[in-house]
Amino acid sequence: MTTQTIELHNVCQSFKNEMVLENISLRLKQGEITTLIGPNGAGKSTLVRIVLGLLKPDSGQRTQSSQLRLGYMPQKIKLDPTLPLTTLRFLQLTDTSRAECQKALEMAEMVHTANTPVQCLSGGEMQRALLARAVLRKPNFLILDEPVQGVDINGQNDLYNTIAEFSKTLNCGVLMVSHDLHLVMSATDKVICLNKHICCSGLPEQVTQDPAYLDIFGRTTALYTHAHNHHHNLQGDVVVGTNSDCKHD
Amino acid sequence: MWSSELTATVSMTEFILYALLAGLGVAAVAGPLGCFVVWRRMSYFGDTLAHSALLGVAVGVLLELNLSLAVAAVPLMIATAIGALEEHANMSVDTLLGILSHSALAAGLVVMSFLDGVRVDLMSLLFGDILSVTAADVYLIYSVASIVLLLLGVLWKPLLNITVDPELAAIEGTNVVVVRTALMIMTALVIAIAMKIVGVLLITALLIIPAATARSVSRTPEQMALFASAIAMLTVFLGLAMSWHADTPTGPSIVVCAALLFVLSSFKKVQS
Repeated sequence: MTTQTIELHNVCQSFKNEMVLENISLRLKQGEITTLIGPNGAGKSTLVRIVLGLLKPDSGQRTQSSQLRLGYMPQKIKLDPTLPLTTLRFLQLTDTSRAECQKALEMAEMVHTANTPVQCLSGGEMQRALLARAVLRKPNFLILDEPVQGVDINGQNDLYNTIAEFSKTLNCGVLMVSHDLHLVMSATDKVICLNKHICCSGLPEQVTQDPAYLDIFGRTTALYTHAHNHHHNLQGDVVVGTNSDCKHD
Repeated sequence: MWSSELTATVSMTEFILYALLAGLGVAAVAGPLGCFVVWRRMSYFGDTLAHSALLGVAVGVLLELNLSLAVAAVPLMIATAIGALEEHANMSVDTLLGILSHSALAAGLVVMSFLDGVRVDLMSLLFGDILSVTAADVYLIYSVASIVLLLLGVLWKPLLNITVDPELAAIEGTNVVVVRTALMIMTALVIAIAMKIVGVLLITALLIIPAATARSVSRTPEQMALFASAIAMLTVFLGLAMSWHADTPTGPSIVVCAALLFVLSSFKKVQS
């Protein structure tokens, strides 16, 4: 099977006479995890919508392989509380069998929420439900817009791991938007630093040393590293025995 | 003497029967369609379309067009205008709908004042006149209601998907524009047939109150649609009975009954 790709050539986009994206060219490949980072208002979400084909850019081209099958995980969805919809049913809306949906819930560690109304899911659970729905279509390309939004730091790590697992199992290409490069560094093949134009791109180690990156994100990103001696699973229960000594001061 | 009384009784039964049939037909389709109005937070949008139906009547009479057609066409045009304005206007949809809704209602009333010589019963347009329903109206209502119900059935899943998230639906292969347009057309059609039952000012009530009432007893979207249908039909029945016994205006009586059922349902814990 050929490697699926999505390519952008010299894409420009403006809203109300304000340039949002300038001359963006990029190539996304199946089997490669690309992380898109950039400050607020850098045009990340706009770029994602162009990559998805939801938005036709003012100028420039978007090309994709013929057998591309997209899976998309939106930032969040707004469901009215009057819509009675369980998580399982939410997945079944993709025209997949109940068994497959249940399997996807298992992989996303979400079985306990199968009969929970979607509106009652916590932030982290909602993201996992959206991820499960995205992978249900067996995509060869997965596009995630801020997948860890509203998830606490431990949950973020877990979620990134789940995404990495999914992409490996499905052998798909991944494009995800992230605010924090440090957290995703280990799980990323390529980083694109965006601030209306592509400031720099390459391997994560290269990008973090790039002057353009440092100009935007500063030289000292003070990350509060908080080492727990235990771990919570999704139900909030403590999983014991992962670490013996507490590293708190 | 006897015979005229007999005729009176027959016609009495007849018009109550027509009224009931017409009301039940509209209610059957208002339930499921109303669910989408509620789920998609379109009640203000529905109001705007309903108000513009009055303009449809006025223009229809003025230009001697087919009234049913004019009543469906003007809300459709307004719906298209909202879609276009939403992208370009520099204001919230809420404000936009507020402007359009009341402008359409006012424009309808103004145009109506030009209709010299034609007697238009404004009260019945605003609040409905179910007791004046004819056999032809009943046929029209049932034809439109079956078409809309059929369409709702065929488009059920795509409609749910664009309700959940239009962008996600688009990526998954739903033609969002087509499905959304179909929903607009269905709404305009139902407004056209519901006008005679409850009038332009109360149509949205018939759409959203039974749907909101059904929420507390439903676990799935399909259940909610079916219950909404049943509740709307019960509402029409109760409203007619109330109007018959207490000699109250029928359209408002139907809405009052709907509201009472809603209040009753709100005591029940919402199903999840």
